[in-house]
Amino acid sequence: MRVTLVLPLLLREHAGGRQRLEVEPGEATLAGVLDVVAARHPALERRLRDESRGLRRHVNFYLDGEECRWLDGAGSEVRDGTEVRVIPSVAGG
Amino acid sequence: MSNRVLLLIGTRKGLWLAHRHRGDWEVTGPHLPMAEIYAVAADTRGAPRLLVGASSTHFGPSVVTSDDLGATWQEPEVAPIAFPADTGVALERVWQLAPGPADHPEVVHAGGEPSALFRSEDRGRTFQLVRGLWDHPHRERWEPGFGGQAVHTVLANPHDPDRVVVAMSAGGVYRTEDGGDSWQASNRGIKAYFLPDEYPEFGQCVHKIAQHPAEPERFFLQNHHGVYRSDDGAASWRSIADGLPSDFGFPIVTHPHRPDVVFGFPLTADATRYPPGGRCRVYRSEDAGETWTGLSEGLPDRFWSAVMRDALCTDDADPAGVYFGSRSGEVYAGSDDGDRWERIAAHLPDVLSLRAMSW
Repeated sequence: MRVTLVLPLLLREHAGGRQRLEVEPGEATLAGVLDVVAARHPALERRLRDESRGLRRHVNFYLDGEECRWLDGAGSEVRDGTEVRVIPSVAGG
Repeated sequence: MSNRVLLLIGTRKGLWLAHRHRGDWEVTGPHLPMAEIYAVAADTRGAPRLLVGASSTHFGPSVVTSDDLGATWQEPEVAPIAFPADTGVALERVWQLAPGPADHPEVVHAGGEPSALFRSEDRGRTFQLVRGLWDHPHRERWEPGFGGQAVHTVLANPHDPDRVVVAMSAGGVYRTEDGGDSWQASNRGIKAYFLPDEYPEFGQCVHKIAQHPAEPERFFLQNHHGVYRSDDGAASWRSIADGLPSDFGFPIVTHPHRPDVVFGFPLTADATRYPPGGRCRVYRSEDAGETWTGLSEGLPDRFWSAVMRDALCTDDADPAGVYFGSRSGEVYAGSDDGDRWERIAAHLPDVLSLRAMSW
């Protein structure tokens, strides 16, 4: 199973400058995808999750267009070909 | 003042650096734009290293370092400070980065939110949780101050690496004499007027404590109402607020060389949080808090801002340069132990932390 993680410009420096990361998760969930990212790009993953594996509050994950909080959060299911878009919130002043 | 000074200015929206050379100040920034900079440190125990606690509101906290006085910054791949998995807790923010004793140049302490102490043995690259404080039975009854529940002050004894004093809002002062394995609440004499027991064992809202390396048994403390001194290693405290226009404020610092000289920035409280009368004044004592003098030359009236707990510092020259930054984004430098002041930066985001190094 292969999942694509699409990164915003702000985070690409932590993924070798790439916009898209191809990931083969061991567990078919968003958390499983991020576990692979943690092993390959720890500086990227810790900007997406805290050390208790909680998704950061102002980082949003869209799985094929559905925001993961409307699915099952970090436990949301991924399939072969799922595209996970990382989109930071526009909140802040 | 010494010839060259580098001043680290941590703000709510990034880091600025002010460099003084031959009397002129040059301010550069933003470095680390948009990061909240609650903690800055200049470690001069070897080749100078700058350490910065930087938090992104989106992407979380980190510690970055520079070994070339801010020209470039480094950050390890893995999180420099993180809670162990078994705690189930995540770091919110780094509030304090404190180089350890001079003869232990690899040791750096960090204070964090939620209230926790971390210790580095590699000069601030990686940190480990100090379990003795985390496992303290009082921890579940520590309450957050308005800014959060954090260890915001860490003072290592300059001569005995096993002795460390920390302060937190709200929780009070704690000290260890066995390298962090066990901790004692050390708040005897400090008032907590907002609690039913006004002199509790712990729970005080301590804003900052300071120590001088030549008098390591003596501490100065700025409380949420109350200014205190301890002469017995933080075991007990007595008021030194007489002579100040207010006993409220956030920072307190000692002179780099004269252990009887201490500086603070009083604010009226609690109903307002401005300097008394809107007069921007640093207060200095030259007799360990027995008497105080308001320093005014070069400082403005009609000043309706405040100075946060880590936004007052000295360099290590003699006479000392003294520096403070305001929530209104101004930075002032005082020469000759604070006798004369000049504004060296304005229109920055609100200043949270300042540290200076001189050479």
